[in-house]
Order: sequence, then structure tokens, then C-alpha cells
Amino acid sequence: MYDVIVLGAGPAGANAALEAADNGLKTLLLDEQKVAGGQVWRAKSKSILKAPSTEASEKGDELRTKINQSAIEVKFNSRVWHIEKQDDDTWLMASDAEQLTAKALIIATGSQERIIPTQGWTLPGVIGLGGATVLFKEHMMVPGRRTVVAGNGPLVFLVASEIIRLKGTVAAVVSLNNRIDWLKALPSMLSNPSLAWQGFKWIFKLYKMRVPVFWQHGINKIEGKEKVEGVTVIKVDHNWHKSDQAEQYIPAESVCYGHGLMPAIEATRLAGADHHYDELLGGWVPTIDKYGRTSVSNLYACGDNAGILGVSVAPMRGRMAALAVLEDLTGKKHNKKDLKIFDKAKKIGLAATALSIPRSGLQSFITKDTEVCRCECISRREIEHEIKTGALSPNAVKSGTRCGMGPCGGRYCSESLALITQHISKKTRSEIGLSTARSPLRPVALDDISNEIDYDKLPIPGVSPL
Amino acid sequence: MNVIFDIAVIGGGNMGCGAAIRLAEGGMRTIILEQGDIGQGASGVNAGTLSLQIKRVKLMPYAIKGHEEWQNMGAEVGFHKTGGYTLAFNDREAELLYERMTLKKEAGANISFVSDKELIEKEPALARKVVAASYCGDDGYANSLLSGQYYRKKIKQSGISFLEKFKVIQIRENSDGFEISSGGQTVVAKRLLLACGGWMKDIAAMIGADLPINARINTVSVTERAPRLLNSIIGHATGLLTMKQKENGTVLIGGGWQGKGTPEQGRGNVSLETLIPNLQLAKFALPKLSKIRIVRSWTGFEANVPDFYPLAGRLANKENVFVLGCVRGGYTIGPYISKLMGDYILGRQPEMPLFDPSRDFK
Repeated sequence: MYDVIVLGAGPAGANAALEAADNGLKTLLLDEQKVAGGQVWRAKSKSILKAPSTEASEKGDELRTKINQSAIEVKFNSRVWHIEKQDDDTWLMASDAEQLTAKALIIATGSQERIIPTQGWTLPGVIGLGGATVLFKEHMMVPGRRTVVAGNGPLVFLVASEIIRLKGTVAAVVSLNNRIDWLKALPSMLSNPSLAWQGFKWIFKLYKMRVPVFWQHGINKIEGKEKVEGVTVIKVDHNWHKSDQAEQYIPAESVCYGHGLMPAIEATRLAGADHHYDELLGGWVPTIDKYGRTSVSNLYACGDNAGILGVSVAPMRGRMAALAVLEDLTGKKHNKKDLKIFDKAKKIGLAATALSIPRSGLQSFITKDTEVCRCECISRREIEHEIKTGALSPNAVKSGTRCGMGPCGGRYCSESLALITQHISKKTRSEIGLSTARSPLRPVALDDISNEIDYDKLPIPGVSPL
Repeated sequence: MNVIFDIAVIGGGNMGCGAAIRLAEGGMRTIILEQGDIGQGASGVNAGTLSLQIKRVKLMPYAIKGHEEWQNMGAEVGFHKTGGYTLAFNDREAELLYERMTLKKEAGANISFVSDKELIEKEPALARKVVAASYCGDDGYANSLLSGQYYRKKIKQSGISFLEKFKVIQIRENSDGFEISSGGQTVVAKRLLLACGGWMKDIAAMIGADLPINARINTVSVTERAPRLLNSIIGHATGLLTMKQKENGTVLIGGGWQGKGTPEQGRGNVSLETLIPNLQLAKFALPKLSKIRIVRSWTGFEANVPDFYPLAGRLANKENVFVLGCVRGGYTIGPYISKLMGDYILGRQPEMPLFDPSRDFK
């Protein structure tokens, strides 16, 4: 039995584990990747080890060294698929066939991409903005020879500038945000000048390279027969609804496409925590106190999964959650001055997230025939029919259409489903709610989670009444 | 709202909707009150097995009628008559299988015992460890996911009012009948039919009735789409395994292994302690499952009373309160027994006897 298990070894989770272990708690750190660092401080793959280091890889290396020198037990390549509160208030988790127990559980599963479909989004050659950053950081690869980078939030410009750094060609940047959105974000960003500067540096770089930037535009259609051949872009209104202005065609071989980040809340939901909708924090988030305590005893959340605030505050959020665990398990009080630093840092994170908040008009890009649920091939038309005949909750639509019932568990389509439901029913996101959280967190093969059995030893209870 | 309904049905699952449709056809002004979505409780999350081989002997005539109802509902509820095998893997189970299936056959189910050769021919993917097997050609399954869609459409067609997300928190008796309140909204009805499965005990308590109801919490899992492994539905002599492969290739695994949680706490959760043996048993019976991925595991509540027979009738000392639930094999029998219940409330003689909820359960 561990004192605390930390799920996710990104900046928040790893720092939570470090703080917990430094305070003498028996700590286990789990991650599905090969090493610590998460998405943002991702390690370079073996083949590019000699390549020049970046700020992210250096920060990651520093973190990985600290973990090695600490008393933290680590398990990487770990696939946690089940979380369960036991009768004695401790936690039971399953990682493949292994069962782990702990007094406290810190969830630091980070964020996931939000991708709202447009026509042609399932063509080969289309990847998410987050997926693109993995290519850069781990493999120093660019997605294709001529890339259109599109969507909203700061990631669009980060991805475009990284493609240029890695000697790729950016055919165009298509940003749903306009220049005013960026200017509005400026004052809060300036409380951390280096970060603000970084954002604007990306944009300047693109202008310098004469990359066409389409402000307040979206991709109406990704064209191509078997793979991406080009995109048509279209102007949007202030709600990001498609306008009726003429489209423009841009030839391209690949598209990086996304609509900001959302908290990855599957684990906190499965563990039974209360969640609420807060668009400023990126969507649905676990309801937590300032230290990351959730509504469930001995369950904590830190990092972007507890609200998208970015990497600058993630380590601090991790440490604060660990201090809360320490206080709750041992009664040891801790220094509350962290909170003030945190409040200041939080503002910057919120400003960046503000650029990422998807607006209601985005649903106009999902045409009737556009596939919303890729796993089960469900189009908007089928979903609309189900909603219009009275299925008003995600559970009801899911049941009737199978939208979100495939291997991804609705991870990618639940956001589109909510946007469509909202458009038809005029309900708020809170009223629409979420579908029920279920195990496993990721699909798991029966062989990976259960050993061979001795049939006669199966714990078979009494037979059913005759 | 000044409308006074003839009857309010609490619970919008297969039981409640089935009865409501009968009541509306009989001329009653009917409203269904559902705490979640129509057909999304046990009706929407159970494994969908329609098997006479797992029905209780005394309930067999109801189950046979239930099968007919499902067959009539047909494609809209994803009905498939595939036939079903029940397997025994050791001598003890074989004995149990023989004894039980003989009685069920006598009760009218079209059950036969099959040879090893026939089983292998029909279901080649099953483990070659089967000691004995029985077969029923009437067995099959329906798609419980479609319950909500189906009944929402049917109750609309029947002109039945319904309120979803209506969680009853108080019932008051007055001269008009009953005032049923969710806190925000109040509905008035002359009669009540409680058809709220695992939540029945709490609702009955609101009108002063103490029903000896327990809730079981059954686990079901589903795999990703797999190549064709099964043609029929599969059961186990102890009742602890059901498997079926749906048309889309996904395999549903059930068997009544108990998860955690109570109806009051919400939906309940799977428990590793029972999920793992459930999956191991499935893998034992169907070895090719071992490389297939589980996509989702979940639980649903099944209410029962100490004698494991239904509650279907009028409450003692409550002229206008009826209950319907705790039917062992309720998914199969529901569409039929709900019609009987409707007839009874309408003052007609039901085709088969109902089950007095005020009986002595010992």
C-alpha cells in the first residue's frame, strides 16, 4: 500500500510526486509514456538524441534527473484502466494485470485535444495540433511538405513556427481568433513577459517568412481523394459561424488542425469526483479547492486536467496537491504563501485559455454528412435525428446512435456531440451534462488484464434460484 | 399545471413504458415520470439476453409470452432469435444443467440436450472443455441500447405525457389522489404505478409502504468489434456467464457478477474483484477472446424480493397504488407482464395471474 499514487508524470504530476516523496510519503508515479515529462516536456526519441536541445527538452531532462535522485517509485509504460474506491476509503487501481493500492490518489492526466470536425477531416494527412507537437518534440519530424495549420488558440502559432524551425513549409495559418482576441489577451500575458513575448515571437516569425495568415477564418473543407490535396478557407463571424463570403483554395499536403485543449477528466470522473463546466478553464473540470482536493475523500487533481492553465503553473499545482495530501494524511500543516504566487500565475494561464475557448458557431463547420464519431462512423445527420426525436442527454444519444461507443470511448466526439445538442436544444453545457464514466479508461485486451485460470478455483457464488 | 392525470407511472423503463402504453390504450390519461432518461436505467444497460434457459420454472409461461412480445417488436429493438447454448464444464455443473433444464423443459421451454459434436459444429470457437450442453432454439437477444429510442417513440405515439430528469422526492396523498414532487415540479394523479426497479423501495417508502426489496448490481462488459466468434447466445450452467456477439461484431459479456454501489448512490460501479473472474470465465469458454480488447464495463441494478418472484399488483391498504418490478428475468418478461399489469389497473382480468406485492415473502 502506497501513501500516494500519482497518475501522470507531466510537470504537475511529477512535481506532486517529488513534493510527496521529499516529505517522506511512500510515493508511486505512473505514466503511460516511457519517461516522465508529459506532453510538454516530452523527451526526444533515441534517434534524435544528438539534435540540439530545446527549452522543453532541457526542462524535461532536469525533471527526469530529479525523479531519478528522489525516493519516488516509478512505473512507466503503465496502462491504468480501472480506479476504484475501496470500503476502507483507500484506492485500488489496475494497471494491466497488476493491482495497486494507495491511501491517496493524485490525478495529473493533463489535457487532450479538442477537434471539431469539418468536411474531410478524416482524410490521411490531417493531424491534431497536439499530435503535431509530439512529432516535433519526440522525432523532430514535420507532418508533410506543405502544411496548413488551422484552428484556434496559441497552439496554432506554436505549431506553425515549429514547422518552420524544423525546415518544413507552412502553406498558410488559418486562425479562428482575430488580432483583437490576441490583443485582449495581451495585458494578462504581460504579467509574464517572457511567455507573452514567446507568443508574439511565433506570430512575427510567420510574418517574416511571408506565411499567409488568415485571421478570423476557418477550414470549410479539407479536399483530396485519398489524402489531403488542399483546403478551402472561409471567413467566420464573431461566434465563429461560417460566413457566406467566398472561399479560398490553398493547395497543401497536410493539415494540422485543432481547437484548443480540454482537461482530460476520464480518471477523476471514473473515481467519482464531482465535475462542473467552466469554459474559462477549458471545459468540464473536477470541482476542487485551491489545493486540488476533489469532492471525493483522498482524491486530488492537479495540472491541466483540473483546468487548463498551462505549464507555467503546473509544477506549483502539483506541489500544492502533494502538500494537501500530506496535511490530510499526517496532519502536517504547510506554508500557505504558495497560494499568492499561484493566483498570479493563474492569470496568464487563463489568458492563453481564453484564446482557446471554442465558440458556438463552430458547430456550423460540422455539415450534415460530416462524420462526428470516427469509431462508429456516425454522421451529424444521425445525431441530429436522435436529438430531434427526444434524446437530449449524451447518454441517450449514445444509446440510440452508438456515437461515442467505439474504442476511443467518446474522447473525441463528446465535444462535438455537446455542441450539436446545444445548437438544437439551446440548453447550456451544464444542463446537457456528460455521459456516464466507465471502466476501462483505455481499451484493454483480456489477456493483458487477466491471467489464465484454474477453472475449479473460480470464485463462483451460489447458483441462481430455480 | 392543473391537469389531474388518471395515473402517474414512476419509472420510464421497459416496465413503466409498457404498462403506460396499455393504460393509455385503455383510455387513461397517463404520465410517466423518469429520474433520468427514458429507457436508460436497467432497461438500457442490461446485456439484452432473451433466454428461456435462464428463466425460473414458475415464470416460464410469462417468459414464453415475453419472447413473443420481443419478436413482435423486432428490428426496432434489435431483436435476434439466434438460439442459445448453456454449457457445463465439469460433472457437478453437468448434473445441475440436466436437473434444471429437465424441469424447464417440463414447464414448456423448447430445450434439448445436445451432443459434443453438434456443439462443435455450431460453435467451433468455444473451448473444447464442455462436458454437457443444452440448447433452446427460441433463445436470442435484443439490443438494450435501443430501449430508450423505442419507448420514447411509442409513448409519444400513444399520447402519453412524460417528464425526464424528474427525480421524485416527495409524494403527498390528498383528496385528488397523489401530488408527486421533484422539488421543482409537481404532478397530480389519481393513481400511482411504481415501476422504478432498484429505486422502488425508496419511492414506496414515500407513501408509507415497506417493501422488502434488495438491489443486485450486475456487471456487463463489451469488447471491440471482433471477427465472427459466436453464432448463438451462450450461457453457463450456474447462470454466471452470458455471451453474445452482436451483428456489429462486439461481444457482450454478462452473468450477474456483482459490482459496487446502491441505487441511492447513483449508477454503481464495476468491482475488480468480480470483473476479473467474469472476464476469465468468458475467456475460458471462448479462448479467442483473449486477444480482443474490452472497451467498456458497466453495471445495472436488478431489484428483487426474498422469494425472487415479481411484485405485480395492488399495494395492501392502498386502493390506488400499484407496483410492478422485481421480476427475475425482467428484461425478457417485462413487455408481457407490463401489459398484464395495465389490464389489471384498467379493471380487466389479466390473461395470467399477477404477483401480490403484499404476500408473505418467507
